[in-house]
Formats: sequence, C-alpha cells, structure tokens
Amino acid sequence: MTTHYHLVSKFWREIPHRYNLIGTRCGECKTVYFPPRNVCPRCRRSSIGKMEKYKLKGKGKIYTYTIIHVAPETFEDEIPYIIAIVKLDEGPMVTSQIVDCNPDKIKIGMPVEIAFRKIQEDGDTGAIYYGYKFRPIKR
Amino acid sequence: MRDVAVIGIGLTKFGELWEKSFRDLITEAGIKAIEDAGISGREIDGIYVGSMSAGRFVGQEHVGALVADSAGLTGVPSTRVESACASGGLAFRQAYLAVASGIHDMVVVGGVEKMTDVVSTEATNTLATAADQEWESFFGATFPALYALIATRHMYEYGTTREQLAQVAVKNHANGALNPNAHFRRKISVDDVLNSSPVAYPLRLLDCSPVSDGAAAVILCPLKDAKKYTDKIVKIIGSGQASDTLALHSRDDICTFKSTVLASKMAYKQAKIKPKDIDVAEVHDCFTIAEILATEDLGFFKKGEGSKAVEEGLTEINGTIPINTSGGLKAKGHPVGATGVAQIAEIVMQLRGEADRRQVKDAEIGLTHNIGGSGASCAVHILEVV
Repeated sequence: MTTHYHLVSKFWREIPHRYNLIGTRCGECKTVYFPPRNVCPRCRRSSIGKMEKYKLKGKGKIYTYTIIHVAPETFEDEIPYIIAIVKLDEGPMVTSQIVDCNPDKIKIGMPVEIAFRKIQEDGDTGAIYYGYKFRPIKR
Repeated sequence: MRDVAVIGIGLTKFGELWEKSFRDLITEAGIKAIEDAGISGREIDGIYVGSMSAGRFVGQEHVGALVADSAGLTGVPSTRVESACASGGLAFRQAYLAVASGIHDMVVVGGVEKMTDVVSTEATNTLATAADQEWESFFGATFPALYALIATRHMYEYGTTREQLAQVAVKNHANGALNPNAHFRRKISVDDVLNSSPVAYPLRLLDCSPVSDGAAAVILCPLKDAKKYTDKIVKIIGSGQASDTLALHSRDDICTFKSTVLASKMAYKQAKIKPKDIDVAEVHDCFTIAEILATEDLGFFKKGEGSKAVEEGLTEINGTIPINTSGGLKAKGHPVGATGVAQIAEIVMQLRGEADRRQVKDAEIGLTHNIGGSGASCAVHILEVV
C-alpha cells in the first residue's frame, strides 16, 4: 500500500486544462498555447494581461509515439500503453496516452480525438485524477 | 576575462558502490583532483558542486555546505548547482566564470550522485523529475519515453534504423571495456541490444544508461598560474550554455536540441574554431538516440546523418571524430550530477595523452556536451592542450 501525500489543490487547479483542454491564446499575435502560458514567448511583455482562455477542440494527429513497457507504480497495471505527442489542429502539441488502440496499429499521422479518462490515483487512499487521453477517430 | 586552465582531475569508480556514501564519493574525487593538481588544498577559495537530486536519492539537501564540510574545507564559499542531468556541466561553467572573472583564484568543481541507496523505482521516479511533471510525467510519460518519442520521430524523418541505435551502445560498451573506472566493462553485440528487454519502444534496456553511483572533480585556476602546478596545461577555450522548453511537446522540432545548437555555437565562437577542429568529444548519450542527436547538433554530422556515421565507425576511437572514448553515459555509467564533470576529466586525460588504451592519437582539442532532461538545458565546453 502506498500512502498519499499530495493535497488536492495541486490537481484541482488544473481541472479546466486537464478536463476541458482549455489553453491560452495571445491577444497580440493570436498564437494558441496548450498547456496554457502566462506569457507569450513571441510577444513577451506586450502579451502581459492579454493572454485569453482558449478552448481547444481536441482533434489532431499523432506526431510521434512510444509504447511503454516499464512504468511507475501508478501506471504499472496499464503496461504496455501508448504515449504520444499529438499535434492538435489549432497548432499546439500535447503529450498524452493513446487509448482504444492496439499498440501494433499506432502510426505517425493517425487522426485522434480527445477522450476523458482516469489518469492515475495517488496511492490506495488518495485522490483519483482524471484528464484527457486521445483515441483514434473511427471512420 | 582571464584565461582559465584545468590543472587537476579526480574520478571515483562508477557503478553500484554499496560500500560508499555520498560524502565518501565526493571527498574521494576531490582529494584525487587535489593530488593530481599537486596543490595542498589551502589555495582553494571556491567550491562548486553539481548534484541533481541528493534530496531524493539520499534525503539530503544543503549539498554545497556538506561538500565543503566533508572535504575539510569549511569557510570556503561552496555552491551547489542543479540542472538535472546537466548539473555537473553547469557547475563547471559557474566555476569557470568565477575564475575567469577574477573573483576566485583556485576553484574545485565537483559532481556527485549516490543513486543506489533507494529502490530502482524511486531512482527512476527521481530521474523523471527532469521532465515536465505536470504535462508529461502526470500522463504516464516516463523519462525513457521522452527519448523514445524522439527516436520514433528520428526514424520516421531520417530513416534511422533500430540497428543503428544499437551500434551506439555497442561502440560505447567497447570503449567502456577499456576504462578502468567504467560501470560496465563488457563488450556487447547488436543482437544483445536488440534482444534486451523493451523499456519504451523503440528503446530497449541496452539503449539506456544505467543508474550509477560516482563522483568526479576538477581543479581550475588562472592560466598564468597553471605553470606552477603542471607542464601539461589544459586551457578552457570555449564555454556555452543554453536552455529550451522543459517539455518536448512545446518545441517545433524534436529531432534537434536547440539548447545543444545554441550552447555549442557560443562555445565554438569563443574558441574561434569549427566542429571539424574537434579531435575528441564526450557527448550526452543517456540513451542511444541522444548520442546521434548530439553528434548532429554539435555540427559533426549533418542532421539525419548521425546514425549512418555510427554505422560506418566514424565515431569510434580511431574514427574521424571519436565520441565517448570513456564509454559515455551508457557504459561508463551515469551518476547524474557527476557526469558533466567526469566528461571534462576524460577530455583532460585525452589531451594530456593519459587515456591509455582509449587514447585518441594527437588529440589537441576536445569538447564536452552535457544535457539536462530532454534537452531543456545544455552546457558545452571546449578544451585545448597548450
């Protein structure tokens, strides 16, 4: 048994991003960021106070992937699982698990969409964390 | 800015050193460096030490003071530098800047990690803190996974093969077999790599550097004073450092480390040399794919041609640009904080002609390349024997 040692605020404050894929858009250059940023790396000072919330649609393509065979305790039950970088249609890339997909079938360029899932749990007694994963788009 | 020389080096053996503590390791390396430099120790007026995560590996922070204390150097200003796997390389740069600026006249730089006092899952989790915890690790991306993501993309874009990745490990194990301090002193074959257990596709166990204990130390002083201590003077002719996004997914191109490109440009410019002038290099091969990326980003080979170069033997000890003669992180071992300093020690040995059976003929200029995480930090140094 693992004891939990995180307080929920650490995860609660990420809910908009991890549940609903809300990133930010720079009010100056209109670049969309996910994960969200407080400052636009392009516009820097002129973006301050102009970063707007921006909800991404949750569709994109596999940019690269790996299949995990050795994982931390919290993910051990899921081995082998796919981790990919997904290039979202709006531009940003995210690291995520790919689910509902046979690891033998995963390919660069494959279209995927967001799926809301359980990500991990903090030991046997701590909080359960949810968030986005991605799955192949069925044709 | 004053010119700065490396006048002493000290290394412990790397490996699972159960009988040695964090303090034992760093003190041993420091004393060896002091003896090698031929100084008494009283001259030392500054200490820099690279350690990634003593807090998690041995439950001890406040490493700067601890190192001064255990080395018998209390009173001397001692600073711990952390930049994940590049902690040693960044500590070396801080020490270089301190001597070059005229603030300090005799500095010891240490690097140390004691990784085998915790179970391997804890060691792995600690290493993963070099990645973006909130946006990579949280979703189940392990540290090897990040380099595996790079490898998959490099194979897709440039046609790098699984066998070519394996050849990096084969070469580095062959070099490690010649290094008495190496963690692994055993040659391996391409088949050994391809048949080793899968970690994160396409990477397997023998693509990964090991969890090791170890320490390294070097002594720096102004070039003008170096003659008092040694007649084999190694001068620091270039120093560069750069940063990049913590997470891989925030970059436009994951097949190049921008931090390597920027840090090496800075170092080459200062040294007034080009990549082709380098005779020997120690690069950050935490995973086989990392060495291929490094040799491309440092300008030894064009982007996409690093894997072919390994296959053709160009990076072997007698090749056109010998890479990781020490065995690299792969075979020499990777006690994280020690790595960047140990790279300097290997290059100094090569430039002094003291590398024994792994000596590169007529080596005059050498380079070290130390990466933090998946390329979010990088230190590059260029040394020349004068």
